[in-house]
Amino acid sequence: MKKPDTMQGSLDLLVLKILSRRPDLHGYAILTAIRQTSGDVLNAEEGSLYPALHRMEEAGWIRATWVTKENGRRARIYRLTAAGKQQLASEEARWHVVSAAINRVLLEA
Amino acid sequence: MALWRKFRNAFRSDALNRELDEEFESHIAEAIAEGRDPEEARRSFGSLLRQREASRRFRVLAWLDALRADMIFGMRQLRRNRVTTTVAVFSLALAMGASVSSFRLIDALLLRPLPITTHGRLCVLSRSWTNSDRSTLRFDGWAYPDFARMRDAVKTDADLIAVSYTQRADLTYSSEEAMEKAFVQYVSGSMFPSFGLQPTLGRLLGPADDRTPGAHPVAVISYGYWTRRFGRDPKVIGRTFHLGDQVFQIVGVGPRPFTGTEPGIMTDIFLPTMMNRWVTRVDATWHRTLAIVHPGVPLEPLRAKLESISDHFEFARLQADAGVSKQALSSTIHEKLYIAPAAAGVSVMQEDYRTALVCLALLVGLVLLIACVNVANLMAALAAARAREMALRVSIGAGRWRLVQLVLVESAMLAFAASLLGAALAQWSAPWVAHSISTPDYPARFSMPADWRVLGFGVALGILVMLLFGLAPALRVSSVRPVSALKGGEDPHARRRLMQVLIAAQVAFCFLVVFAGGLFVATFHRIEHRSLGFDPSHLLLLETLAPQGRMPNAWAQMADSLRTLPGVAMVAESGWPLVSSGAWNGDISVAGAPPGKEWGYFLPISPGWLATMKMPLLAGRDFNPRDAFPGAAIVNQTFVKDFLKSDRPLGMTFEKVEDDGRRERCQVIGVVADAPYRRVREAILPVAFVPFRALDAKGIAGMQYSGTFAVRTETDRPLAFAAELRRKISEADPGFRVSNVETQQELLDVQTVRERLLARLGVFFAGVALLLAGIGMYGVLNYSVLQRRREIGVRLALGAHRGHVAGIVAAEVFRIVLLGAAAGWVLGIGSARYLASLLYQVKAAQLDMLALPLLAILGIAVVATQPVIARALRIDPAEILRSE
Repeated sequence: MKKPDTMQGSLDLLVLKILSRRPDLHGYAILTAIRQTSGDVLNAEEGSLYPALHRMEEAGWIRATWVTKENGRRARIYRLTAAGKQQLASEEARWHVVSAAINRVLLEA
Repeated sequence: MALWRKFRNAFRSDALNRELDEEFESHIAEAIAEGRDPEEARRSFGSLLRQREASRRFRVLAWLDALRADMIFGMRQLRRNRVTTTVAVFSLALAMGASVSSFRLIDALLLRPLPITTHGRLCVLSRSWTNSDRSTLRFDGWAYPDFARMRDAVKTDADLIAVSYTQRADLTYSSEEAMEKAFVQYVSGSMFPSFGLQPTLGRLLGPADDRTPGAHPVAVISYGYWTRRFGRDPKVIGRTFHLGDQVFQIVGVGPRPFTGTEPGIMTDIFLPTMMNRWVTRVDATWHRTLAIVHPGVPLEPLRAKLESISDHFEFARLQADAGVSKQALSSTIHEKLYIAPAAAGVSVMQEDYRTALVCLALLVGLVLLIACVNVANLMAALAAARAREMALRVSIGAGRWRLVQLVLVESAMLAFAASLLGAALAQWSAPWVAHSISTPDYPARFSMPADWRVLGFGVALGILVMLLFGLAPALRVSSVRPVSALKGGEDPHARRRLMQVLIAAQVAFCFLVVFAGGLFVATFHRIEHRSLGFDPSHLLLLETLAPQGRMPNAWAQMADSLRTLPGVAMVAESGWPLVSSGAWNGDISVAGAPPGKEWGYFLPISPGWLATMKMPLLAGRDFNPRDAFPGAAIVNQTFVKDFLKSDRPLGMTFEKVEDDGRRERCQVIGVVADAPYRRVREAILPVAFVPFRALDAKGIAGMQYSGTFAVRTETDRPLAFAAELRRKISEADPGFRVSNVETQQELLDVQTVRERLLARLGVFFAGVALLLAGIGMYGVLNYSVLQRRREIGVRLALGAHRGHVAGIVAAEVFRIVLLGAAAGWVLGIGSARYLASLLYQVKAAQLDMLALPLLAILGIAVVATQPVIARALRIDPAEILRSE
């Protein structure tokens, strides 16, 4: 497995955060949520979302279930697990440290 | 849980793909529902296939998924080459089945520990003497008083146990019932507790049964005998049976797995040693001595202690005997005692068959190697045909290890299929071999359960075989260089050289197998056709007991009454049959000189016995009813040569010197031609035939308790008379009991069982080896012609003679065959020494024995290569050149 780069790392963080606020979203809704909450700034690549979701599912951070929506189409919706909550907390903490550090560099340089 | 899901997903690949696709499709549908352009939505999502692969990585056990794919692919490959696959599987199955069979037999006879709790500490005692001619004699028989002294002396270090040689005995359950046979073993009562055995029913023997000679008429029967004879009737406890003049009561049934201490024979009835009639005799060695050594006791001091006790015993015994020579005394002092681990038990059959079974196992191993070479070459040829495919796989990023796995998976599937078939074969063939070394009187019975030992051996063998033929091609495939392979093939000669080396090895192994098979067949042939000195056909033998004893003239009258039956030509009686392993030996003194070291052998016979056996009388006369022993003797040629050393032996006298110093004087009244006495295989012994009528020290004829009527019938189916003769004997005098009926031919066959088995299996494996080697040569030559099509085409186009081209092709194969045969020749001569003990009048280094396998292999090479050469000659140069 490739080691997660920063973008992938932040995609994980965004997905986990979204799911922690609004459980039971399917893939497309997660993407939409990221775009909308970031004010159309963050537009995650559609192609990279599913590998990330499936990897996190395998890691046990999120759990997936199939539901049938009112239009009759089946959708696979995701929800945070207890391990996922812990992971979110640590990712969030790391993000704050890193972004604060970057900010300091930007301000002082 | 996650691991399990990944594991499971590897086997529901299609379902997983559908699931992933459905999720992706629902994503795109969602986008379209939001009002995005379908085209654009799909484009921005990217390739579904790519997405699927990216996600599968997380949801499937990658190696398992690859393995599954390889298996499906491999199956397809094997199915495409159906003929070669079938040949490979069958030849492997044959070799593997034979290997497992020989393992089962060797395990049952030599390796498998007895089913007792203390087998790890079980030992057997034996002694060896160095004779004056420096030959050593090793023997594991003991006299009971000697044993008892040793047992009491080492009580704190080891439990010593006496177990008699298991014997087939005649017994009756009530005096009216007919006699039946059972395997009887006299054992120390302490054996059962020392072995940690528990009864199935009733009680086992115990130390309390070891006290007083003749006072413990009890018996324990084995579980197998209980099942076979009594149908597991619990009321068997308390039943009595007659054995000789004793009556025993059954007191218990032994544990199910315990079948006695002699692999190859299953004991039916265990009796206390105290009931054996030799138990008080100091000069009768009738039992083995086993020892359960207590934990932590070192063997050497124990051995030394036992040796000194046994030495003292023998010395005292021989000094008490008046007539023992100084020589015998001094050889006793040079006696050495051995104590050897015997976890698997001890039996005569182990000694008889150890070398033979190991030899057969080696032959089988060679056949297995030959089969592996074939399959390796097959795999190599398949791999060569797929060089481009492999190169392509490497170029698009397949790892080397993946390629190794791909080939190994195919090998494993072949090995697995062959193992299954081989297991079926072993299931059937091991009992077949056990059956064919059985004789009517001594059926060989082995405990050969298909348990974890056999299973473990089979699995290990399967893996070994797979690696043997699969690893080389697999590694070769993985080292494929895409550039050269895709350009039109890498150096083809490298691969061919490997194949040629393998074929040379195969020919060498084949040579060895055929060589050994030839030796076994020649041995059997010589034994079958050796001149016997008597005519075994038409001869029926009735082994007869007279439990109360009968005077010699009663035996003669019985012979007279049998002679009156229609179809019976001649009847005479002897102490026991020739070549029945029975023997009676003694020291011989000629002209009052002290006895030499060589023994003479004796057989009591009645007047007319020589004529009945058709043994030619060379000089002198037959016995008449007035002759008696001691008094008269008819000797064979070897006896004359060894003892009398005279051209005119008639009228000479010799004395048989008894252990107590008595001398029985006999005058030679006749000379007969040499004939085997005890065993067909051994050198002719010096034999003196003496009258059946024996006189005691006071010159009075004594009772005879056992004897054998030899009946020469007029038809060549003597067994047809068995029932009638039996009835006639019990009618004429109820004091006689026929205990066994057999033909003289059966007795001879019994002694050549091992040779017959070796010859039969030797021919079989030689045939298989030749067949497999032929297939191998055909395959390799075929491959090489395929590779050299271009060259051959060019040669033909340039005007080469077809004969010349055929020569080039054939020369390649015959060079390899000759090289292999030369190696086989060297191996054959080297191995001859180990085979010597199994051979009879055949020298391994004989030229004809070495020429036979060479001719056979050359013959097979001609047959195998002929079609390929013919095909090479049919190559049309125009077609080849056009296709380039």
